[in-house]
Amino acid sequence: MSKQTAAPPSRAGAEEQSSTSVIDTPAEVDRKQLARERDEIKERQKDRFAGLNQEQLIDLYRQMLLIRRFEEKSAEAYVAGKIGGFCHLYIGQEAVAVGAISAINKDDYVFASYREHGHALAKGMSARAVMAELFGKATGCSKGKGGSMHMFDKDVGFLGGHAIVGGQIPLATGAAFASMYQGTDQVTLCFFGEAAVNQGAFHESLNMAQLWKLPCIYICENNQYGMGTSLARAMSLRDIAQKGCAYEVASEFVDGMDVLAVREAVLRAVERGRKQSLPTLLEVRTYRFMGHSMSDPGNYRTRAEIEKYQERDPIKLFSASLLERKIVDEKRLEEIDQQVRHEVEDAVRFADESPLPEPEELYTDVYANPIDPSRNR
Amino acid sequence: MATITIREALNQAIREELARDEKVFIMGEEVAAYDGAYKVTKGLLHEFGPKRVIDTPITELGFAGLGVGAAMVGLRPIVEFMTFNFSILATDQIINSAAKMLYMSGGQFKIPIVFRGPGGSAFQVSSQHSQALESWYAYFPGLKVVMPSTPADAKGLLKSAIRDDDPVVFIEQERMYGNKGEVPDDPDFTIPLGVADIKREGTDVTIVARSLMVPVALKAAEQLEQQGVSCEVIDPRTIRPLDIDTIVESVKKTNRVVLAEESHPICGVNAELSAEIMERAFDYLDAPIKRVSGADVPMPYAKNLENLAVPDVARIVAAVREVAYLD
Repeated sequence: MSKQTAAPPSRAGAEEQSSTSVIDTPAEVDRKQLARERDEIKERQKDRFAGLNQEQLIDLYRQMLLIRRFEEKSAEAYVAGKIGGFCHLYIGQEAVAVGAISAINKDDYVFASYREHGHALAKGMSARAVMAELFGKATGCSKGKGGSMHMFDKDVGFLGGHAIVGGQIPLATGAAFASMYQGTDQVTLCFFGEAAVNQGAFHESLNMAQLWKLPCIYICENNQYGMGTSLARAMSLRDIAQKGCAYEVASEFVDGMDVLAVREAVLRAVERGRKQSLPTLLEVRTYRFMGHSMSDPGNYRTRAEIEKYQERDPIKLFSASLLERKIVDEKRLEEIDQQVRHEVEDAVRFADESPLPEPEELYTDVYANPIDPSRNR
Repeated sequence: MATITIREALNQAIREELARDEKVFIMGEEVAAYDGAYKVTKGLLHEFGPKRVIDTPITELGFAGLGVGAAMVGLRPIVEFMTFNFSILATDQIINSAAKMLYMSGGQFKIPIVFRGPGGSAFQVSSQHSQALESWYAYFPGLKVVMPSTPADAKGLLKSAIRDDDPVVFIEQERMYGNKGEVPDDPDFTIPLGVADIKREGTDVTIVARSLMVPVALKAAEQLEQQGVSCEVIDPRTIRPLDIDTIVESVKKTNRVVLAEESHPICGVNAELSAEIMERAFDYLDAPIKRVSGADVPMPYAKNLENLAVPDVARIVAAVREVAYLD
């Protein structure tokens, strides 16, 4: 038996390190390596252009840029005190909502978490209605009663904005159940973060969806952090797509920084949903560039890690692909940016000028069939 | 009028509503092939098939949430909890989703769903299977809470609950499924939610009782009649919205109140009733309001201890005599 001579690294030191520096991020940024990786992703992305016309490709870019600019404005408005409460921004993850929702029809359903401004816009809600909701105005999509975490629009099939982690997963399963029950060919997209996968709601839902053949597409946006806790500190089996095996649900990994990769994967899942009435689990690997919410300084991640993913910024990546494939030129990109900025500024102006909800609104919408017991007798 | 059990009355209500509206379906543990753990859904699978009478895995949070999602897009689910004790697992979906969806969507998504099943004490099933949870659910705006005590009420109220556009928590009583009573034959017979029923008229003391305590209070009233005390027994039937006017009117007549319930006393429905009566009829009271509640302990298994934990006729009689200053 050899005697232990060197003291093990102190536990306290190890924990301190893991709270500020997570996963296998190199301490120094190797820019050449990052550029090489980005170029590889870009080449793969350009191979996915087939089947999409110029207009469709530009629209995907425009939608992602709209979300980016919208969220930048939201951050400004939050700092200026125009937006209250929690505000979870979608910057960095735009390719997921845009790519996925581009693969479904208007009458298909979408459920999302509290980080849902982007999904709301991608499903066709106006920037005005979403911004006015953030501002707590009567013209907001939920009449100022929901706020950042509870966007809804029945007309475009956007079914929320749900703020208990994983809570939307059984709900989306229920909407898919209704499609099966009524014999429609609608599918339901259910977006959630990777931390929601640890909730029972996820497992209960996948089990029922496969058991009953429900056309629900579970889209796990793996941005690697549940608030400030990295996946490595929270999940035993971290290849989330593998968890589909537990319920015999078809699943795949998807590059969430490539809007076309997301779109293709969701198209495959939609086909499975419509033709076989079966669910799919997609683990979409992405990254949020901002903190968990506006009140999060994000000091649990290294700069190097953030820069690595910024190098793969889904919008920069896609604009480079569009330019290289000559779908657009610099001038067209500039026009799109101007148009998007105008749309967002208009939304802010609209939200700012809109009225607050009337005080009487406090007591409306509690019940669909309000009952006054004294009137019944 | 036919004389049937509460179990049969509930079964009729569900059968008639399934037949009336394609959008109605029932799901829960053992509701289909097993005919219901308490046989409330007996024969429904045979009559309506597996599409509309659905056995679920034991996954309460999941199927409660699935029901809410289906209701968001137009279906009208009846979700059975084998007992309401298991609804505790589903509270996130009942409270955070069903109760709040209409409000936080600015009126866009109504949730026409019924969560139903037996609650309260049973016979020697101990702490985790003997809970009266109505005060939990009645706390939340957005939910309606119903507790029937007779076969006619069970049928008429359940039909109204299924036709209602809001989430309704419909709590039956495990010990009362075999209780018999007359039920109108008319398939369109319903009882509106939010209306209390005077189960017995009287002049000296008002007893407000619900669910299991209604027959107990009626027996107590019979005994008290022989002792020269005339009791009015009121069953609110719906806890939320609460028909407080009927109760207050009775209090103005009798000037004395006993509130009976099998649930725990702390933060319970009787505490709320007591506050409402104080606010609305303080000047009419000739004695302090007296509450008779279940013991403030987890339910014990031993028969003698269980009997001590659930209010009985003797305790209600004693409480009435106390507010009438007879002892």
